[in-house]
Amino acid sequence: MKRFEYFEPATLAEAAGLMHAANAQVLAGGTDLLVEIKEQLRRVERVVNIKRIPEIGGLSYDAREGLRIGALVTAREIEVSPVVQEKYASLAQSARELGSIQVRNRATIVGNVCRASPSADTLPPLIADGAQVRIFGERGERVVALEEFFTGPGRTVLGPGELVTEILVPPPAPRTGKVYIKHGRRKAMELATVGVAVSMTLSRDVRIVLGAVAPTPIRARQAEGLLQGMKLTSELIAKAAEAAEAESRPISNVRASAGYRRDMVRVLTRRALAQAVKCC
Amino acid sequence: MLLKLKLNGQARELAVEPYRSLLDVLRNEAGLTGTKKGCDVGDCGACTVLVDGKPVNSCLMLGVEARGCEVLTIEGLGAPGRLHALQESFVQHGGAQCGFCTPGMVMMAKALLDENPRPTEDEVRFAIAGNICRCTGYTKIVEAILHASDRNQR
Repeated sequence: MKRFEYFEPATLAEAAGLMHAANAQVLAGGTDLLVEIKEQLRRVERVVNIKRIPEIGGLSYDAREGLRIGALVTAREIEVSPVVQEKYASLAQSARELGSIQVRNRATIVGNVCRASPSADTLPPLIADGAQVRIFGERGERVVALEEFFTGPGRTVLGPGELVTEILVPPPAPRTGKVYIKHGRRKAMELATVGVAVSMTLSRDVRIVLGAVAPTPIRARQAEGLLQGMKLTSELIAKAAEAAEAESRPISNVRASAGYRRDMVRVLTRRALAQAVKCC
Repeated sequence: MLLKLKLNGQARELAVEPYRSLLDVLRNEAGLTGTKKGCDVGDCGACTVLVDGKPVNSCLMLGVEARGCEVLTIEGLGAPGRLHALQESFVQHGGAQCGFCTPGMVMMAKALLDENPRPTEDEVRFAIAGNICRCTGYTKIVEAILHASDRNQR
């Protein structure tokens, strides 16, 4: 590995100060960062390990406030948490499909968010569930809807010295169905070719989020609009799936062609909606 | 930096650079070469060790991050003449051919059986999804792990 300066700040303020240097990177799980350093995909001169900061909280659930996912909570913790499995089923499913158990024991959900990969598995379910991120900065704290957080592949609204400290996910309304379907070439150790998340509260609200088919995860708002307040017949679901296909903007790359991805958006949106109805 | 940790049950102090992976620290500074370096980017699982009981890719962790942790490598599991049940079972079932993936497989299997002493075949295959073997086709490895789990029960 290339040499870097290494720090273990004890407070968020100290960590934020250290992040002002050129080519400084936060280390939480490290499962992306260390690969990028080794393969020289990213120039890193300073690594700021935030794992020794006591202010950063863990995983907790409250019936009024919902789920809090602190910056050090791993994908594996989300995968095996009974409360996440029960109330945030699509998030638990997406965590289960991320890398291997070894990777999930290190990789953090906040890291998956900050890395802002268009194909990141946990992002569509989090956006479908209306998640927000809490951001620490030297001039104060701010809370941003996750949907507004991403500005492009690997890009977010985070400014210099800002750190995401936790993700907040509201509690589910009664009769809410949540589904995440990942499409890949194999079952394990795979990046999503297409990911579709649906969160649906019966006859009230439905959100459809598409992963890996645009520069950031996107809401399929036209498709959602067709379903709002309607009885979900299979004809209507098929129409919404076509609308979602039209809203996707995929590229062709080594994993799939744009045309194939568009087809899969339609198929998976239809399946996800049909499954979510049954869970409501 | 000085790295203090518990390595295979023994307190150790190692002088390490912060930009060394735990894998390199284990193989070079600690002289434990049982843990293998395959891909070095978290894809192959050959470097799997247990940190505070949890299986991780030691290539995706800095050595200094193991400060104050308990690290278990294949050398801490058993030794010639007193093999761990899993090692014994891998030998009996032909779960190793070239042997390069074996330490990582055995450590991952140990983590699985610690958490779930009686896994189904599907659970075994799910657990070792991050461990690549290019020789055996996995069948004998899965059999070896299932057999060891049966023995755990008796």
